[in-house]
This record gives sequence, C-alpha cells and structure tokens, in this order.
Amino acid sequence: MQLELVLQYLVAGLTYGTIYAVVGVGFNIIYNTTGIINFAQGEFVMLGGMTAVTLHRFVPLPLAIAGAVAVTMAAGALVEATCIRWLEKPSVLRMIIITIGVSILIRELALVSWGESVRALPYFTGNEVSSLTLGGVHVSPQVLWSLATCVLIVVFLWFFFQHTSLGRQMRACAANRDAAALCGIATKNLVTLSFVLSAGIGALAGCVVSPITYTAYNIGTGLAIKGFTVAILGGLGSSMGAVGAGFLVGVLEAFSVSLMPAAYKDAISVAVLLAILFLRPSGLFGSGAAARLKTA
Amino acid sequence: MLRLRNVDAGYGALTVLRRVSLHVNPGEIVTIVGANGAGKTTLLRTVAGLVRARGGELVFAGAAVTRLRTERIVALGCSLVPEGRQVFAPMEVRENLLLGAHVQYARGRKDEVARDLERVYGLFPVLAQRARQLAGTLSGGEQQMLAIGRALMARPKLVMLDEPSMGLAPLVVKDIFGIVKRISEEGTTVLLVEQNARSALQIATRGYVLETGRIVLQGTAEELLSNRDVQRAYLGSDLDAENRVAT
Repeated sequence: MQLELVLQYLVAGLTYGTIYAVVGVGFNIIYNTTGIINFAQGEFVMLGGMTAVTLHRFVPLPLAIAGAVAVTMAAGALVEATCIRWLEKPSVLRMIIITIGVSILIRELALVSWGESVRALPYFTGNEVSSLTLGGVHVSPQVLWSLATCVLIVVFLWFFFQHTSLGRQMRACAANRDAAALCGIATKNLVTLSFVLSAGIGALAGCVVSPITYTAYNIGTGLAIKGFTVAILGGLGSSMGAVGAGFLVGVLEAFSVSLMPAAYKDAISVAVLLAILFLRPSGLFGSGAAARLKTA
Repeated sequence: MLRLRNVDAGYGALTVLRRVSLHVNPGEIVTIVGANGAGKTTLLRTVAGLVRARGGELVFAGAAVTRLRTERIVALGCSLVPEGRQVFAPMEVRENLLLGAHVQYARGRKDEVARDLERVYGLFPVLAQRARQLAGTLSGGEQQMLAIGRALMARPKLVMLDEPSMGLAPLVVKDIFGIVKRISEEGTTVLLVEQNARSALQIATRGYVLETGRIVLQGTAEELLSNRDVQRAYLGSDLDAENRVAT
C-alpha cells in the first residue's frame, strides 16, 4: 500500500474513532458513578445530531448545536429522574435492562418525530469537497473540527474530575457511594449529573461528526456497541483509555475496508470486543492494580 | 444529643434491631458492646440513615432524623466512621480529608477547613507525611486514622465509630483508643461500637450491651466492667476457674 493511501485510511479511522471515543467516555462517566452500563448512550449521540439539524432550520449553526446539547442534557436528566432515581439499590442486570428499554423508547420516538430519512448538519467550514492537504493527504476540515472537539472534551473532563469540587465528589461517589454519603455528599444528585454530563458530550460529538458520518434515528444501537467495545478495550472506567481505544477501533475498521468487503466493517469491532472479553477483560490500558484499588 | 426510642430495623425479611432505645448525652463516650451479629453495625448505620428504621423514632440534636437521608444527617453534625474504614482508595489522602469537609463548605465555613486540616494532621502526623499518597496504599491502621480524620473534618457534634480496632495490631489499637479519648476531651461526643469490650469500657462513660438486636443491659462503664455476666460474655474472664480457686 502506498504511504498516502495508508495515511488516508488513518485519517478516516481517526474521524470515526472520535465518535467511538466520545461514546466510550460517556459510558465511563455513568459507569463510574453508578456501576451501570447505560446502553442508551448511542441514542444521546443521535438525539444531539437530529435536534441540531432541526434547530438549524431556524437558528444559526452554533446556536443550533448549543441548543441540541442543552436539549439532550435535559433528556439525560429526564431518563435518570424517571427510570433510575427512584430505584433503591437495584441489581446491575435490572439497570442494564432498563437502559436498553430506554434506548428502544428514544429510538422509536425519534422515528415518529423525524422519520427514517438520513440527515446531516452542514460542514462547519467549507463544504463536502473542500480539503486541506497535510503531508500529501487530503483532510476535510470537518475532520479537524471533530478531532479538536474530542481533545476539548477530554481536556474539559480531565479538568472537571481532577480540579473541581464537583468532580472530586463524583470520583468519591465512584470509589465508595456509602462513604460519599457519609461525607454529606448528595449522591443521588451526582448520578443525575453523570447522566447530564454524558448526554451532553454525546450530543456535542453527534453534532460535530454528523456532516461526515450522517445521522438517522437508528444510529444509536451501532454506536452503543462500538462505544461499549471501546470502553471495555480501554479498561472500564478509564476515560483516557477509552479515547485511545476509540481511535484504535476506528483505525482498525478503516484499514479492514482495504482488505475485506466493507460489509464486514462492523464485524471487526464485535470481534475485537469478543477477543478482549476472552483474553484481557481488564482492557488494554486497564491495570490490574488499579482495578483492585477500585473494588477494595 | 442522640436519642433512639423503640427503633426497629433490618434488611429485607430480616429484622436485626428490635425496639432499641438508648441515648447519648453531650460530652459522653458511650459504647455498645455485643457479640458478632448482635446488630451493632446495623444500629450505627440506622442512626446514619444508611439503613431505614422500620419503626420507632430517632432524635439528633433536637431534630427528628428518622426519615432523613444520610447527607442531611451528616450536615446536622452526626458523622459515622464506618466498619472496614471505607476510605476513597483511588484518591489521595488529602483529597479524602477535603471530601470529609464537604459539609463545612456547604455551611459556608470554607475558611475553617485549612485549620481543621492542620488539626487532623496534628492528631495523625502520619497522614501529613502521606498527604499525596493514594489512600488505598496505606496500611490498615493508617486507613483507620484517615477514616477518623475524614469524619472529624465535618466538625461533627457526635462521631460514631464502628469497630475502629478491627484487624489492627495491638500497639495500633492502643493508639486508636488514645485518639478517641482525645477527640472526646476536645469536645466531641462519641458513640463507640467495639468487639474489644474491655478497652472500650475503659475509656467510656456509659455502655449498653446489645444481644440479638435488643438492649439487655445498660449502666456506667464501671458497673458494666464489674458485672459478672458482662465479664463472662465479653471480657473473657474465666469465672469457673475463679470459683474453683475460691472453694
């Protein structure tokens, strides 16, 4: 394969990797505070993109995106308040089934309100054909928008969790919920916040990549599976791990197209998921020591 | 300070506490002794709101707390140092302590936090040395000190300690009991649950004996220490041997 072609695939992989990474990070935020996998995570991405497309008919693009993120955050809060909050110490399995139910509900509501058509936001700068040439590779400016957004989200989350009081409370809640309550922390509100936060970043990513990947009422399920793969691969609970794993899976998929029919693309990530679950359940970047500290 | 009246509590189909009544006066060290499974931990968790009382009434500092959530009870000034320490293992020692001060921030007493931190470091110099270390890497005794320090950061009126000596070396146990005494002398009321009944009664003002979820005996620490039933059941005295010598 020529070098340019390799780089071209790499760029395509990174583009998809962005959204996988953000979905994976969203899984982690909720997993860390509640111990559950929220399978409606992909629906948040869909909701963000679709709402932004609708809003963009009436308001300029930045406002439409801000509005879509706000609407999706509200949806995240609503999901938590109606389906999770009132449960007293539910089992993990029950919570997972509830989130799968929620994802089906959101998808059907989206089908009713938006129909089956595939939509996309316009390119933020330039259009479908404009491209920058970097080292002999043609890169759509939208790819750079996506990557920048991903970096921004990760930096924001890092700052939030490490350097704000609220972030510290969320980490405490993740480490030991009873002990957090004994420090006087309102743990139930933090669970709501974790849903709002992961809905928000999912929606933002959904808006930014929609010009390239398009969005439709049913993209959530596929994204949830990819995001779950990425979260497991990166070591459940580790945001940095999820980002690395997201790019890895995206790039793997992109290169698989050059070797196998494109129809097998989705099979790749499922195969990766199975391989990881069999061979290294703590994830590529998850260390056994950290996992032990967590459960200790 | 704290009063329980006919409190029932349990988990699922299991009733652990049956009509428990007790009180703790300001400035006291009150201890609850009892065998494994008597309901000592459940009693403290019920006061802290982690277990819901099914019947009866809990009053703390003049406020009915029976139905309050844990974080509200802590905000009122009632802190629990839970069994098994329960420090935030993946976080730094200092972060653990600052989290303990959460209610102080919420009360708008942010400026007192730095001083409280110095006070806790004064009580436990080892925590100052390990301030930047992850709590999960501390030894058992150090984790117990951290758990106590974290509870003190909330400036509680009443601190409840659940088996602070469990699994610790004898010398460390002695330290911990010394610290409990000092906390009391500095003006915090203490409710102490211990398997190590002798050491607990030696520093306590009063005590209760809990057996299968009921209070079966109460009295001053001296009364309990000299009570034959208590000696036989909880202080490890071999009364049969004593009787043989006497006859």
